[in-house]
Amino acid sequence: MAVIVRIPTPLQRLTQGKEEIEGRPGSIMDLINDLDGKYPGIGERISEGGKIRRFVNVYVNEEDIRFLKAEETEVKDGDVVSIIPAIAGGI
Amino acid sequence: MDFTEEQLRRYSRHILLPEVGGKGQKKISQAKVFLVGAGGLGCPVGYYLAAAGVGRIGIIDNDTVEISNLQRQIAHNTKRIGMPKVISAKQTFEELNPDVEVVPYKDKLTTKNILDLIKDYDIVVDGSDNFSTRYMVNDACVMLKKPLVSGAILRFEGQVTTIIPEEGPCYRCLFEEPPPPGLVPSCQEAGVLGVLTGVIGSLQATEVLKIILGKGELLKGELIIYNALRMSFRKVKVPKNPDCPMCGSHPTIKELIDYEEYCSLQAH
Repeated sequence: MAVIVRIPTPLQRLTQGKEEIEGRPGSIMDLINDLDGKYPGIGERISEGGKIRRFVNVYVNEEDIRFLKAEETEVKDGDVVSIIPAIAGGI
Repeated sequence: MDFTEEQLRRYSRHILLPEVGGKGQKKISQAKVFLVGAGGLGCPVGYYLAAAGVGRIGIIDNDTVEISNLQRQIAHNTKRIGMPKVISAKQTFEELNPDVEVVPYKDKLTTKNILDLIKDYDIVVDGSDNFSTRYMVNDACVMLKKPLVSGAILRFEGQVTTIIPEEGPCYRCLFEEPPPPGLVPSCQEAGVLGVLTGVIGSLQATEVLKIILGKGELLKGELIIYNALRMSFRKVKVPKNPDCPMCGSHPTIKELIDYEEYCSLQAH
């Protein structure tokens, strides 16, 4: 078992189209750095200088990490991490 | 006002529902809803709200119908290519239900006109296609305390949340700032499954009717994410952000922000 990471549509280009990938337990930043090793470029799309970008939210299970321990939030095997960016299409 | 025989027949399937009934249907017929955009989302939202008998539907959009719209924008049709979208939408909605008054605004929504435009409506529905409008609509709705049902789509994925100012979080609680140009592609660049707009627009219309009726649980403090490929719905919690620049305890945004420049950059 691992951490399940859900990748949003705009970033799936970097994960060979995969919507769900596996990640390593640890803090959110550990997880993102680990993902960036496997899928180069994904780290900077989600974060900048060790901080999650302001138009991207990261959820552990259903909880927004900004209201947990932010980038220091720990994730464990079996947790589902969702990365959700703002999208704007409508027309 | 009392319903005519014909109206009783038209709305009979609503009136049969205990949660609606004659009283609820009356509320629907007295409601005034403002739609931002007559495109992918505005079409199904307006279509269903017209069918439901919403008394007045205001709709703003500055575009004309193009052939590439017709894969998803079901209020328009091939004969209307070149016609302003709001006029086409008005025709379609009023043909479906002549009880409904559709007020078309062929204009661009701006920081100068938005407050005046939405002030006489009860509920605002955002189906805009860019971040500058999305943040401006949020801020205006928070300022005027108007409920806002926000929907967005991209490729195979859509998001909906309902903002009830003062009671729940706003769009800036969810995403503090718009992304810089180029980082999140637009539908024009990335494509969108036509029918996705129907799913997301129908969810928005459902929220509008629930607000009008005061029934059920709204997507207040929640974001629903629909993925058409997986056929999955997921919800995440959206807490009210105490540091929100718009609706937090010490708001820093006191007037509407014009992200125009930002947007034109994005277009190139």
